Amino acid sequence: MLHEPAPASPDKDYACDRKARLGLKLFWIYCIIYAGFVALNTMAPKVMEARVLFGMNLAAVYGFGLILLAIGLGLAYNALCTAFEDRVNNGQTGKEG
Amino acid sequence: MTYSPSPFAVVLFISFVIFVIGLSSYLARRTKTSKSYFAAGGTIHWGVNGIAFAGDYLSAASFLGICGLIATAGYDGFLYSIGFLAGWIVALFVVAEPMKRMGKYTFTDALDANFNYKGIQLMAAISTLIVSICYLVPQMVGAGVLVRPLLGLPHYAGVLMVGGIVIVIVATAGMTSTTYVQFLKGGLLIVFSTVLVVLVLYRGLATQPTPDYHEFKSLGPVMADGVVVSVEDAPYTVEGQKEAGGEIFVKLSREDVVTWWHLVENQGERRLEEALSITDTAAGGRLYNGLPQEESGFYPVGHMKEIVVDGESVERTGPVGPFRFLSLIEDSTVVRFPKAVVMDDGNRVQVYYQKPTPGKEVMRPGLKFKVDKGSTFWTKLDFASLMLALFLGTSALPHILIRYYTVPSPKCARKSTIVAIAAIGFFYILTLYMGLGAMVGGVMDVESNNMAAPLLAKSIGVTLFAVICAVAFATILGTVSGLIVAASGAVAHDLLDRYMGIGMSDRGKVLAGKIAAIAVGGLAIVLGILFKGMNVSFLVGLAFAVAASANLPAIMMLLFWKRTTAKGVAASILVGVVSAMGLILLSPSMFERYGMTRDAAPIALDQPGIISIPLSFITLIVVSLLTQKKSETAVTAVQ
Repeated sequence: MLHEPAPASPDKDYACDRKARLGLKLFWIYCIIYAGFVALNTMAPKVMEARVLFGMNLAAVYGFGLILLAIGLGLAYNALCTAFEDRVNNGQTGKEG
Repeated sequence: MTYSPSPFAVVLFISFVIFVIGLSSYLARRTKTSKSYFAAGGTIHWGVNGIAFAGDYLSAASFLGICGLIATAGYDGFLYSIGFLAGWIVALFVVAEPMKRMGKYTFTDALDANFNYKGIQLMAAISTLIVSICYLVPQMVGAGVLVRPLLGLPHYAGVLMVGGIVIVIVATAGMTSTTYVQFLKGGLLIVFSTVLVVLVLYRGLATQPTPDYHEFKSLGPVMADGVVVSVEDAPYTVEGQKEAGGEIFVKLSREDVVTWWHLVENQGERRLEEALSITDTAAGGRLYNGLPQEESGFYPVGHMKEIVVDGESVERTGPVGPFRFLSLIEDSTVVRFPKAVVMDDGNRVQVYYQKPTPGKEVMRPGLKFKVDKGSTFWTKLDFASLMLALFLGTSALPHILIRYYTVPSPKCARKSTIVAIAAIGFFYILTLYMGLGAMVGGVMDVESNNMAAPLLAKSIGVTLFAVICAVAFATILGTVSGLIVAASGAVAHDLLDRYMGIGMSDRGKVLAGKIAAIAVGGLAIVLGILFKGMNVSFLVGLAFAVAASANLPAIMMLLFWKRTTAKGVAASILVGVVSAMGLILLSPSMFERYGMTRDAAPIALDQPGIISIPLSFITLIVVSLLTQKKSETAVTAVQ
């Protein structure tokens, strides 16, 4: 509501399935690392006191790491998706690699 | 606490509000016809949309709530930042492109794209309305909190002000002005939060955080049979002694002013340490440290008891780097001010007492979430439930989902999500520094931790305070605008147009959207006043749980399970909403809100996600399997 629907993309995206599979893989990788973080905080919070990097404890490093990993994975995902799109859609194969 | 408004801050704030309303009016003039009124969608650049995403998402919960939680509970508050950001991974890798491909106007369109089923239209619209309203409440509470120190106005005035302005913004130019307000606010929030953090690091840490910081008194008690009977060398009279939460508090009077003191024992020596108190008298009055509010008996708090640099105690560190700042806090001792409540002759007294806490405890989980000392199976489950809801909730928020329809293509939806992740991730790292800076900066108002970040800015300078307050207000305006757009879309497009089949012209839809915006805005104002005093991050956490329970199972299964049926989707939304809301209403926190004890609640969980999310998934699977019809299944999953 309060905005017009975006125009339909004129070209079919043949890289769709491949991007979805890549997205799922990256999602599970992040999900496992996040689950490890939650498990450590829940079951062994004292472990998070350990000093691991630049004088900071595991809690701070793991927390910052999750944020930076999200940005890094996002950039990698975009680069790979763009490469898929260029290769598959510009090649007009009509089939996915 | 009593606040005196700064004229400069007031002028800057009012100028900002006038600018935002002017921008809306300008955009409204350019969108006179119904067609142009709707023309924002599909034309927004992905970069602008990404920052607008950040502006939409970084709500009062992120700026006011998380900083406040970190300032009172240390690392536990930062866990919200991590959970909120992690949720964007689901949005990027799973939801962004398919939602863009399937949707037209709203989240309901995407869910219903392959079915055209009335049940989905109704349930998804109701879910959108409920989640939007759950999310609106904390924003309005944040608005009420903000106007007190800025303008010296009461809570309800702030709520009314935000509600009124947002209704004007949405009802004049709709998504166009909402997008640009969010873009502007997202950019300003990140820039000025960075400035604040740089200045906090430059100032460093000190045991006397501000020149006029309160000097806490310590008295020697005279004890008889374990009870304080008098005080050494000081003109105080002992009026009584109370115990609460394992701590002993002593009531002293001097020149007819009653104050409360915390009895502590350190290495065999007993002392009475000065505390702050708020007394709600049986007659309906309220006293701050024994004095009426206008006599300013309260003062800001939060300091370090000891700063250890390379093994030696120092009073001041000077400028420090971002890593050093955190390691110094871990090595040192922070004084926090937890609350205890005692009943005294019919008066309810909230006592905020000094609690020296080792930095290593501040910098790891456990001060708020009971995962360590005093933890039980249920408290650990509660924490895991919150982290699950934060992770799965982001990609199910209707006001976030509709922003995928404002860009031209799925590729742009993906790119704008990455811009959003970078901007939001950077901001969330800043929250740790702003929160800890407030915790030890002598700025905290014990009555409300929501003002931590603006008060930290005030301790640096009135100009920065004025700018940060204006940005915080814009933060609330941006998010509330997005929520009201989503809610009004659910009413006008999903319910009236699609579900009820009322044939409306474009102009009629616009009018219905405006009326819905006014109604939802009005409801949010009422709820914002009723929920005064609750931490905004806690409230937003509940909204995430409802969104994750109601919407995410339907989205995920629709995309990845080809046997999903329309009835399965509708049932899962219904079960998700009802179970999440039901568990919240029966939770210990809500029972406290009802005026009862936490123990009276029938369930021990505050966070419903760990029960309601799986329940919603199971419902979808079972109902879909029971209602398999070839024509009804989602044959185009993951396309």
